[in-house]
Amino acid sequence: MRYLFKTDYRQDTTLWRHRGDLYWYGLLIILLLLVPGMMGEFYVGELGGVFIFAIAGVGLMLLAGYTGLISLGNAAFLGIGAYTNSVLLAQGVPFVITLPVSGLFTALFGAAIGLPTLRMSGLYLAIATLAFGSIVGTVFQKWDAVTGGFDGFAVPTPYIFGIPIEGANGIYYLSLGVLIFVLWLSANILRTPLGRALVAIRDSEVSAQSMGIHLARYKTFAFAISAGMTGLAGALFAHYVRFLAPDAFDVLLSVQFVTIVFVGGLGSLHGAVLGAMFVRLLPQAIAIMRDDLPFGIGRMPGLEPSLFGLVLVIVILFEPGGIYGRWMKIKHWFQAYPLKRRTAFRRQKSYARSERLR
Amino acid sequence: MEDAARLLQLIINGAAAGCIYGLIALGFVLIYKATEMVNFAQGDIMMLGGFVAFSLIAHFGLNYWLGALLAIMVIAAFGFALDAVVLRRVIGQPQFAVVMLTLGLGFIFRAYAGITWGYDSVGFETPFTNKTINLGGLVLGQDNVSIIFGTVLLCGVLYVFFSRTRLGIAMQASSQNQLAAYYMGIPVRTVFSLIWAISAGVAAVAGILLSPVSMIDVNMGFLGIKAFAAAVLGGFGSIPGALIGGVVIGIVEQLAGYFLPAGFQEVTSNVVLLATLILRPQGLFAEGMGKRV
Repeated sequence: MRYLFKTDYRQDTTLWRHRGDLYWYGLLIILLLLVPGMMGEFYVGELGGVFIFAIAGVGLMLLAGYTGLISLGNAAFLGIGAYTNSVLLAQGVPFVITLPVSGLFTALFGAAIGLPTLRMSGLYLAIATLAFGSIVGTVFQKWDAVTGGFDGFAVPTPYIFGIPIEGANGIYYLSLGVLIFVLWLSANILRTPLGRALVAIRDSEVSAQSMGIHLARYKTFAFAISAGMTGLAGALFAHYVRFLAPDAFDVLLSVQFVTIVFVGGLGSLHGAVLGAMFVRLLPQAIAIMRDDLPFGIGRMPGLEPSLFGLVLVIVILFEPGGIYGRWMKIKHWFQAYPLKRRTAFRRQKSYARSERLR
Repeated sequence: MEDAARLLQLIINGAAAGCIYGLIALGFVLIYKATEMVNFAQGDIMMLGGFVAFSLIAHFGLNYWLGALLAIMVIAAFGFALDAVVLRRVIGQPQFAVVMLTLGLGFIFRAYAGITWGYDSVGFETPFTNKTINLGGLVLGQDNVSIIFGTVLLCGVLYVFFSRTRLGIAMQASSQNQLAAYYMGIPVRTVFSLIWAISAGVAAVAGILLSPVSMIDVNMGFLGIKAFAAAVLGGFGSIPGALIGGVVIGIVEQLAGYFLPAGFQEVTSNVVLLATLILRPQGLFAEGMGKRV
C-alpha cells in the first residue's frame, strides 16, 4: 500500500496523484496504440465504438455525475454533432475544421437548452431534456432537405492533411485521440475552481450559491461542455456508422448514455470509460453467446433493452457506486488486508430529503 | 355549419385522447404527491393493463366487464408489490436514481410483454367497438364517448374516496406530512404501497378504455411521455390539474394535426411541455408553496 505524503497544498490539485499513475496510464496508452496490430478488424472496430461512447459518457458524466443535472436528451446532442459534421463535410469543408466546429456548434445548442432549464432540477430537468430530445429527433426525421429524411445520409470519408481516415483502424486511432483529449480536458476542469464549483452545485445548490457561486453561469457551462463533448462523439459516430439514419438518435440512445454513467459509477471519469465498455460490449457478448444460452434465451426478441433495464435496476438497488465504486471496494479490501473495516464505505445514513422546495 | 361540426368532432376526439393522457398523468401525480417519486414506467403499466385485459377477455372468454375489473385488480396488486419490493428501497436516494430505476423497470415490462404476448398489435371486442352515437347530426364514436364517460366516472369515485373514506384521508395525510402521519398511527408504508396500487389501477383503466380506439401493443407505453406534458401543464401536484392538462394537450394535438403541416402533431405535446416549463414552471394549477427556512 502506498502512503501519500503531502508537503504542499498544490499536491491536492495535481493531475497525477503520484508517479505510479503516470507510469500505469502511460503503459495503458502504449498498449492501446499497439492494439490494432494485435487484434482482428472486428475487435478494433468494436473498441472504436467503445471510445466514441466513452467520449459521450465523459460528457454526460460532467453534467450528471459532477454537476448533478440529469439529461435524458443527450442523444439529440450526439445527433446534432453527427449531422453538423457530415453536412459540412459534404459541403467540402476539411475535416480538421468540421470536427471542432461540430463540437462548438453542439455546445451552443447545449447552452441554449441549458439556459431555460436552469430553474429546474431533478425530475423537471429529466422531463424537459426528454422533451427536447424527442423534438430534435422528430426534426431529424422531417427536415429532409438537410438530413435526407428516412433515405439516410451517406457520410463522406474524412481526410486529415490529405490522409484518408478509413476503416476500423482509422476510426480507432481518431477516437482514441479525441477520448484522451476529452479526458485530459475533464481532469483539468475538475481540478480547477470551475470543477469544484460544479461539485459544490451538485452537493447543495443553496450552499454553493451562498459561497458566491453564480448558479446560472456554471450550470449553463456544464450543459455547454457536456453537449460539446457529446457533439464531438457525434461527429466520430457519423464516421463510425458511415450512414446516418434519422431514427438512430432516439430516447433509447439517451437512456444508454445514462446507463453508461450509472453503471460505470457516478462521479468518476474512470466510471464513464468502464460504463461505455459495458454498454458497448454487452450486446456483442450476447451476440456471441446467442446460440449457447439455455432455453433459447439468446434468441428472444427484445432481449437487449430488457437486459439494459435489468442491469440499471440492479445497479441502482445494490451498488449505487457502479463498477468503479465496486472496484474501489475490492482494491480497498486488498490494500487493507486483513484489516478491512466493514464501515469503510458506509455512506451517511440517508433520509427522504424533499426536493420539492429548493 | 360543416366547419363547426368538424371542429366540434375534432375537439371531442382530442378530449377523448386527452382523457387517456390525463389518466396516466393522474397516476404520476398520485405517486409524486405521496412519495416524491416519478414513475416513468406508468405508460408501460398501462400497456400491461391492456394486455392482461386482452388475455382475460379474448383468451379466457370472460365477459368484458368482469375481465376489465379483474385486469384492474391484477394490475393494482402488481403496483402494490412493485412498491413493496423494489421502489421502497430507493427512498432517500437522489431523485434521478428513481427516474432511472423506473425507466429501467419500463424496459423490463416492455420486454416481458413482448415475450409473453408478442410484438404484434392485438385488440379485443368491447361493447363500444365500431358503434356510433348520433347527436343531432354530430356523429361520435361510442369508443371516444366511453373514454370521456369512464374518466369522469373514475374521477368521481376517486374524489369521493379521497375526501370521504378513512383510508383516503389517511393517504392525503401521509402525502402532506409523513412524520405527522406516523404519529397519528397511520401505517405510512402500507399506505404508500396502496397509493401505488391505485395509480397502477388507474393506468390499467386507461389501457382498457384506450383499447377500442387503438390496438394494444408493446410500444403503447410511449404515450407516457405525452402524459408528462399533461402532468406538468397541470402543475404536477394537482389532481384536477393533471386531468385538465391532459384534455388541453389532447385537443391542442388534434387541432395541430388538422391545421398545421404534417409532423407538427407529434411534437406539439413536447413543445407545450417545454413552453410550460420555461414560462410557468409551476404549471397552471400550482399549489402555493414557499420554502420554510
